[in-house]
Amino acid sequence: MRIIVPIKQVPETNAVRMDSKTGTMIRDGVEAIINPLDLYAIEIAIQLRQEHGGEVIAVSMGPAKAIAALREAIAMGCDSAVLLSDKAFAGADTWATSYVLAKAIEHMGDYDLIICGERATDGDTGQVGPGIASFLDLPVASYIGKVEQVSNKTCRLHRLVEDGHEVLDVELPAVLTMVKEVADPRLPTLRGKQRAKKVDIPVWTANDIDADADKLGLAGSPTRVVKIFRPQVARQCEKIVAMDESDIEQAVDKLVMFLQRKELI
Amino acid sequence: MTKNKQEHSGVWILAEQSDGQVQRISYELLTRGRDLADKRSTDLTAMIFGSDINAEDLQELIDCGADRVITMEAAALRHFLVEPYAACMLKIIEDYRPEIIIAGATSTGRTLMPYVAIKAHAGLTADCTVLDIEEDTGNLLQTRPAIGGNILATIKTPQHRPQMATVRPRSTKPAIKQDSRVGEIIRLKAPAECLASRINRVDFIPDESEHGLQEADVVVAVGRGIKKGENLSLTEPLCGSLEAALGATRDVVDRDWLSYPHQIGLSGKTVNPKLYLAFGISGTIQHLAGMQTSETIVAVNTDPDAQIFNVADFGIVGDLFEVLPVLTERINKIRNSQ
Repeated sequence: MRIIVPIKQVPETNAVRMDSKTGTMIRDGVEAIINPLDLYAIEIAIQLRQEHGGEVIAVSMGPAKAIAALREAIAMGCDSAVLLSDKAFAGADTWATSYVLAKAIEHMGDYDLIICGERATDGDTGQVGPGIASFLDLPVASYIGKVEQVSNKTCRLHRLVEDGHEVLDVELPAVLTMVKEVADPRLPTLRGKQRAKKVDIPVWTANDIDADADKLGLAGSPTRVVKIFRPQVARQCEKIVAMDESDIEQAVDKLVMFLQRKELI
Repeated sequence: MTKNKQEHSGVWILAEQSDGQVQRISYELLTRGRDLADKRSTDLTAMIFGSDINAEDLQELIDCGADRVITMEAAALRHFLVEPYAACMLKIIEDYRPEIIIAGATSTGRTLMPYVAIKAHAGLTADCTVLDIEEDTGNLLQTRPAIGGNILATIKTPQHRPQMATVRPRSTKPAIKQDSRVGEIIRLKAPAECLASRINRVDFIPDESEHGLQEADVVVAVGRGIKKGENLSLTEPLCGSLEAALGATRDVVDRDWLSYPHQIGLSGKTVNPKLYLAFGISGTIQHLAGMQTSETIVAVNTDPDAQIFNVADFGIVGDLFEVLPVLTERINKIRNSQ
């Protein structure tokens, strides 16, 4: 079984803080990590390889430093990795990102499964998994919470939807996107880490994957970001500082009166 | 289909059905769609895919703001399957050339829309919180939280058509019926060549533990300030006396103190209850995106600069471990005297 796992390097978003005076992002000390939701995709891919044999290949589009995320994937147990890096890829929206990943996957030859995280924690769109499937004309099963009965022709999956879960039979090859419920990602092993340090990770450019220049990066992206801003203060807050016990009694009294006035209690 | 921008016109929504019944998200999209269609001085069309869709429900889409309803029906469309749904939607895009298509950011919308947008070479923006029309150009302006939900970004699609967007369920009120609205309902049989699927839905297992977070009138929500999972029991009496559902921030769910169905925010559920009580929540945009449309918001946090106070109607700067018991006791007293 040949499994491809597209991953993304993201800023450790919990660490992103806004400067309240300037309204800009404080980037100092913000670490770049492997998108946490991609770890579930990697875990499932490795489990399937352990069960069925074959190989797991991680692929990422990003700047040169994104190689660190691919090394992390190898440390977890992926067999090999490819970095897609080219100045022409910069500024890509989900359309142009899906295009590059799909072209690279085409270039890798035959495969049985493409397994993605449900979304990346920085962009939060969840559009690239289905986007890759669409470019490759493959079925996509999103929000997968359980993988069972995998053969080389089909797999049975549980897809989490609003009011329950669907049980799906999907013909391979297919694209799957994983949610957290699917598995507990393993930690990198010491041996894996040592291998990750040494392993050669090829870097492919637009030329290597036969990509059309006019479908790349910002130029190939249908969408444009026109404005970035901090949200406006929405409401007038009646704010009471309550530092000791009697403060708290008074503050709660006022809160209760406020709620009664609004007929909420 | 993106070459001639001028050939595309009209605002379209993707209505959703389950077992032939039109779902709530459809009416929320009508609220958004009607506003955009009026600003753009154009028509609003609801498209819906399914099998034996309830005729009264289709009329209700007209009553609630659609000028036209177009269905594509076939047994194979009874449940959402990405390939036939996408093929039908692409057929509609080809035949009718919509200028704008909005869908719910549901498990269906968030799978179907990106699949279609690639093939239609359309621009697509996920999880929009605000949609508007740019005055000079008529472009759709799509605003969404970005970079982990710390800032907002406004995005547009200057050249490609259709312009596509998904919006959060429950981020707007459903449209209500108006008297004497007229509109056309066109029921189309889905073309046979659109119905192939390599995915087969063999079963459906409904959730048993529906705790009704999105239906509750009162939500009590906790953030990292709750400090550890065991402390959640402190909220139980308050939830009990207010008949409130318990929600949480992503931080709390990531730490496994509560399960994912409790998560409120960009990557969880959107709620808009009558009363939202936030304890120990700092108020990242990630979280605010899921609760800021609540009618009344009360926040308790030790940090006077916490962002949550910016969206709150009433705030107490203090320790939730001290405030919570006192508040619970006061409310219980009122409840018992009623």
